[in-house]
Amino acid sequence: MNVHEYQAKDLMRQFNIAVLKGGVADTPAQAVEVAKILGGKIWVVKAQIHAGGRGKGGGVKLARSLEEVETHAKAILGMQLVTHQTGPEGKIVLKVLVEEGCDIDHEYYCGIVLDRTVGKVAMMVSTEGGMEIEKVAHDHPEKIIKAHIDPATGFTPALGRKLGYALGLKGDTLKKAQSFFEGLYKMYVEKDCSIAEINPLVTTKGGDILALDGKLNFDDNALFRHPEIEAMRDVTEESAQELEASKFGLSYISLDGNIGCLVNGAGLAMATLDILKLAGGTPANFLDVGGGATKETVQKAFSIILQDKNVKAILVNIFGGIMKCDIIANGVVDAAKELQLKVPLVVRLEGTNVALGKKILAESGLKITPAGDLADAAQKAVAAAKGAK
Amino acid sequence: MAILINRNTRLITIGLTGKQGTFHTLQSRDYGTNVVGGVTPGKGGSIHEGIPVFNTVYEAVKETKANAAMIFVPPAFAADSILECIDADMPLIIAITEGIPVMDMVRVKSALQGSKSRLIGPNCPGVITPGECKIGIMPGHIHMPGRVGVISRSGTLTYEAVYQLTQREIGQSTCVGIGGDPVNGTNFIDCLAMFEKDADTDAVIMIGEIGGTAETEAARWIKKHMTKPVVSFIAGAAAPVGKRMGHAGAIISGADDSAEAKFRILQECGVTIARSPAELGQKIAEVLKK
Repeated sequence: MNVHEYQAKDLMRQFNIAVLKGGVADTPAQAVEVAKILGGKIWVVKAQIHAGGRGKGGGVKLARSLEEVETHAKAILGMQLVTHQTGPEGKIVLKVLVEEGCDIDHEYYCGIVLDRTVGKVAMMVSTEGGMEIEKVAHDHPEKIIKAHIDPATGFTPALGRKLGYALGLKGDTLKKAQSFFEGLYKMYVEKDCSIAEINPLVTTKGGDILALDGKLNFDDNALFRHPEIEAMRDVTEESAQELEASKFGLSYISLDGNIGCLVNGAGLAMATLDILKLAGGTPANFLDVGGGATKETVQKAFSIILQDKNVKAILVNIFGGIMKCDIIANGVVDAAKELQLKVPLVVRLEGTNVALGKKILAESGLKITPAGDLADAAQKAVAAAKGAK
Repeated sequence: MAILINRNTRLITIGLTGKQGTFHTLQSRDYGTNVVGGVTPGKGGSIHEGIPVFNTVYEAVKETKANAAMIFVPPAFAADSILECIDADMPLIIAITEGIPVMDMVRVKSALQGSKSRLIGPNCPGVITPGECKIGIMPGHIHMPGRVGVISRSGTLTYEAVYQLTQREIGQSTCVGIGGDPVNGTNFIDCLAMFEKDADTDAVIMIGEIGGTAETEAARWIKKHMTKPVVSFIAGAAAPVGKRMGHAGAIISGADDSAEAKFRILQECGVTIARSPAELGQKIAEVLKK
């Protein structure tokens, strides 16, 4: 789960991680109020959306007067902000963060993430802050310094020194950096983050070190023990279909093709998309109904697939293990009748109770194209989508 | 012989009395697995479906001499159960549970270092040695005893591969689901090394996915150490970019982890690749003929 920058910074303050003073606003008038409370002569107005690259898209503006705060807030609030992460349609901005200005001396990068190869959390820093860090990792991997953290010892002062000296920090700033890193690790573990990225991390002319930006991502599997994080969820940032699907234990991702897919298991669902592409088709979605699907969830899955008007055919690919084929077959038949299915339907069933499942489909009186194996299913679905036009 | 489990395996189920735990334990027992007990705290001393129940793993091991544990505990408590098995020196722990928080698994991974336990999973279908022993949720009837080893990160896609083999009357020595989570107990290389040593395995199918570097590391290991043929498929060539992993995740791997890159490296390392998941059975048949 993602949160906004202002929410990430509120959380960081709770862990004594240095950030700038700021406040969030829904209207230009509120933005001016926030700026007045902050005081000073310079402010930054930042669009709050769940995507990076906001500055380049015109979503981050420097204001040198309260009038400019208002002008910028007016321009940013309500805009369709397009960045390299939003897609061409962009995202509507509903909130801005107004922050005090700061005297930047140098920009760095700092991030924490799981290193899957060793099964440990790793903190990474780089002197190349403010840039696209993927590019740094690719062109100059030596410029990224990593520290793996043993869960038994936690973040040790030695790791803090390793990272701080690697950035060329000294004296008080080095000490401040060490406690910054320690706080960040503590937050990462206690709040079950999956990504904590500070880009840029900056030093100021006054010798302070602080997070100019903050991106936090949380482990969905751990949200059950963090109602305070769950409460930060912004549903306007999530796809309505994906959200609806998740309520029913379905994992749905919308794609841009025309063959709707209903599959059990994430691996088989991915493989189904792959084979459709190999057969010359384009999948309209990824949909994993999970292991414990019922008749009701199958029906829900159909209605979500059909909300996509590009869908010209549907492929159901089920390998019954825990899930029994007859249950899927009943769900398919009921859904097709209830939703008055007009697009061609190709069904491939295999595994537990497969004979019974096939019988239910055959006797339903519905126009269902049965498929034998995986390759056959893909070819029939692609042909059906082409024939439907 | 096969690997990991056989007819001498003595299984206990942790979380036996739950709905899923009961159902799959009975399915495993029906298949022929020697189920010797179960653990549910507070229900120790009772008999559930003819299986003795204990309060702790420690007690269960002492009384039953179990040498394998299957975990069916809900995600919030599953890591604790795995740690309990490690503490009881359980040689083999197979965690079926899906949705365990990553930070919990980071702690489990640390506890496994230097322990006497091997963990398979979590979030996996389990392990089966066809005709001898089944521990997990896979449909037993699609398997057939034989000489091909199967390793996979996925559940149903593994069934698909196994089904293709059985259709061609190519049996399996052991099928291992290592699980789809970012932190797991046993990786591809661990399984490949076991299959390489196993006198009853002639060839291996390795089914991977996009994300992470487990498959590319396995490819390099195969090139150096493996004498038996390996056939591989990577799921996710058509999957959208960036949906599963954020930026920092891509940095730490320091390499391209797309399906295309993995296929390329596997091929460079002498692995026979199946571009289509429908070709797995056919490709294995081809390498076995050589």
